[in-house]
Order: sequence, then structure tokens, then C-alpha cells
Amino acid sequence: MTKSISPLSALAGLAMFFVLWQGAAWLVKNAILPGPVTVVPVFFRLLPGELGLHFLASAGRVLAAVALAVALAAPLGLILGQAPRIDRLVAPLIAILYPIPKIVFLPVIYVLMGITDVSKVLLIALIIFFQILVVVRDEAAGLHPELILSVRSLGAGRRALFRYVYLPATLPAVLTALRVSVGTAIAVLFITEQSLTHYGLGYYIVVETYQVLLYPQMYSGILAMSLLGLAFYFVLFRFEVRLTRHLGRAEG
Amino acid sequence: MSGAAAMIRVDRLTFAYGGRVPVFEGFSLGVGRGEALAVIGPSGCGKSTLLYLLAGLRQPQSGEIRVLGQPLVRPRPRTGLILQDHGLLPWATLRDNARLGVRIRTFYGPDGRHAPREGAESRTEALARVDGWLERLGILEYADQYPSQLSRGQRQRAAIARTLALEPDLLLMDEPFSALDAPTRSDLLDIIGRAGPADGLTRILVTHDIDEAVLFGEEILVLTRGTNRETLVLEGQPGGDSDAEARSALRARLLGLLEKKP
Repeated sequence: MTKSISPLSALAGLAMFFVLWQGAAWLVKNAILPGPVTVVPVFFRLLPGELGLHFLASAGRVLAAVALAVALAAPLGLILGQAPRIDRLVAPLIAILYPIPKIVFLPVIYVLMGITDVSKVLLIALIIFFQILVVVRDEAAGLHPELILSVRSLGAGRRALFRYVYLPATLPAVLTALRVSVGTAIAVLFITEQSLTHYGLGYYIVVETYQVLLYPQMYSGILAMSLLGLAFYFVLFRFEVRLTRHLGRAEG
Repeated sequence: MSGAAAMIRVDRLTFAYGGRVPVFEGFSLGVGRGEALAVIGPSGCGKSTLLYLLAGLRQPQSGEIRVLGQPLVRPRPRTGLILQDHGLLPWATLRDNARLGVRIRTFYGPDGRHAPREGAESRTEALARVDGWLERLGILEYADQYPSQLSRGQRQRAAIARTLALEPDLLLMDEPFSALDAPTRSDLLDIIGRAGPADGLTRILVTHDIDEAVLFGEEILVLTRGTNRETLVLEGQPGGDSDAEARSALRARLLGLLEKKP
């Protein structure tokens, strides 16, 4: 996706989404698929109360996981990108670990760390970690040595290099990686929130509504979770557009 | 050398890239203040390496480099370096690129290590000087464009503005004109040439182009492939006052030296 979205086209998309949803609800005629006419009012009624708390709990976990993953993966990626010798050594290991669906480690992490918020956040962070690590490494490796030398010749030490070269060089790629992996992160969040917690949209959707057949309420949870994904996606996208103007993208 | 005070003294320098044949072994060189030195040689002769050593970006295995009497252990704040290309940040506008040096100086403050301790000036003054250089080099109108939108010549002017705005006393250039067309090249060579004597700026130009070396260098250092031990310096014929005959003789002599196998 390289174009920014106008408010008008966003509204049009939203309208199409609701029309299709309502149409599907009329066709299926089953309690498991209520239309937006039923769900949206429930959503707005529940959001200021219980649902809002579940939303915040989920958003908090994703944010913590993103922060943890970026804090660990970005510096490591920079080191690997600027030290080809170390990179050659660990590249095969990363290549093996990168495609493993990290969710399979859920039981391991639960047994080792207990079913806590920390273990949930850690599992999500693990997914994002590898995405960030790989893009930061590749961006840092792609910087011309001449660029680094000439900036060093202007007096830049390690701190100024980070501030004026490495940070702006890798930030757009970090945002892209986050935007692409946030969907998977929220999917894993959904799974982890189904066990031993009392707050979180996964818990709300599966335990508090689905299992007691409160379908319209369940959909308000689904809507909230979709909104969470959408919000992350577009906030990251906005930053990206802003930072990549030199590529002649979007708002030029 | 000559009568001028020493800007650079290289004393029995030895440098090799990790386990390979040394590029320099027991190599010595002197450059006087305000002098224009051209360094010429075939590719792989170590001319860029010499420049990086003089910039303090690489450290010799043995021997010593002194700049204005001080041993060189890290990049000096008052040494400017201009490379062939890739020196500009692709995500910053031309003006932001030209301001980078000033920004880095303000970032550290006048600590004597990353920025000169003496003559600290206000940020506004320094930034105004950057725009002044952009104007003198004829690229002020492109100040808000990104490097990818500009020609090589315009990018190289920006790199020159960025460096000269820091008011260096030593300017090191690594084939800065080799990717440029002839008119742009002679134009910039002229600007760098004029930036010299009045402000006492010492200039070292690395090139593989004999004409460039002859036109620029008051002295010409010839390097060879393999290990450089001897210092071979010829007197150059820069400026308009030297006669054509002396120039072509020098050209022929350089051509002979460069074609000779080490």
C-alpha cells in the first residue's frame, strides 16, 4: 500500500463493509450472524463500560509487546547490519528461527513462565522481534560505508550517528514491519487471552460472550478487536507516509 | 614541505587491511599549510586509504600522523572530507543535508573532540552560512529537494557546501569530480581551487585523472599498486600562469610513471 487514504474513501469503504455485513446477515438468518443494525448499538452501549476495559487490556498488551520487541530487536539489528562478520555467523540461525510460527511455543512459555501477562506479552513480542530484527539488519547493511564515513568526518561520534543516520534510516522499515506484523500479533493476542485472564478482548469474545451465547455482545468484542488492529495499522501508516516523503510517495 | 609551516606530517606509516600485503610501509609525507596536493595512482594503489588515514577514520598499524603538530587519533573537527558520492542522507532535503555538519556540532557543543572548542558561534549564524554556501554554489533554489531528485553535480555541490560551511582548515577529497561531466568538473575544481590561498585552506585531492591532478596540484604525489614505501612527489603546474609546454611535459611524465608496472 503506497497511497494515503482520503476521509471520503475511508467512509465509502466503511459503508461497503456494513452493507455487505447486513446483506450476509439477512441471507444467513442465523443467531450466529447478527447484522450491524443489531451489533453497532450494542457496541456503543458497552464500550464506555466493561468492553472498554477489555479493549484497554488488549491494547496495553500489544503496546507492551511492541515496545519490548523494538527495544531488543532494533539495537541487535543495527549491530548485525554494521558487523558483517557477526551477521554471517548468526544469519543461518535467524533464517531457521524466522519462519517458525512462534505461537507453537505457547505451551513452553506457559510452563516455564506461568500463564501471566508477562508470558502473553512475551509471546507476542517474540513474533514482532524477528520481523524487526530482519528489517533493521537489512536496512543497516544497505547503508553505504561512504555515507557513514562522511558523516563521521563531520564530527559525528556514535550518538550523533545513531541520531542522524541509523535512526532515520531504519525507522520507516521498523514501522512497515510493525504494520505488517500487527495482524499476526493481534491474532496471537486473541489466543493467549483465552486462558487465565479476566480482561482482554480474547477473553471477552470467547469466555464472556461466545460460550454463553451472547452473540450481539460477542460481535461488539469482534468489532473492538478489529478496531484495535485498524488503529495500529493506520497510526503506523501515517508515520510511515510522513517519514518516507523523500521516496516521492503519497503527499510528495 | 617547502618553506610553509607543516599542516600534515606522516612519519614512517605502515598500514595493511586485515592480513593482506601492506598498502603503506614506512611511508612518510609532509604537506604545508595552504598547499594543494594532488594524489594520483591506479585503482587499488591506496590513495583512498591514505585519505581515510589522514581523516583519522582509519588508524595505522605503526608510524604516526600529525596534523598541526597534534598526533591524529580520531577524526578532527576541522578536517573536511568530500567523497565521490553516497555522502548525502537520502531521506533529508538538500538544505538539511548541507546543515548536517552544523547540526552535529550543536548536538555535541564545542567539546574540542566532535566540534572545535575555539570560535564557537551561534547556531543561527552557522545555519545562515550554510545558505550562503548553497547560494555561492548555485543550488539554493533546490534547497527543498531530495538528493534523488537532483543531478550528481548538484549533489556534489551540496556535499561541498556542507563541508565548507564548517570552515575547515584541511579539506580532503576522494575523487569528488569523477562522476561529473566536464563543465561541472572544471567549475567545481575552480571553486575548490579558489577556496585555497586566501583562507589558508590545505587541500588534498585524490584522483585517477592526470589532467585533474595537473590542474589542481601544486604538488603531485604518485602512488603505485602494491606496497608504497618511497614518497614520489612531482611539482605541479596549477593555475593559468603556467605554460602549456611545462604542462604537457608533466602529463607525459605522469603517464609514464602510472603505466610502469610496480
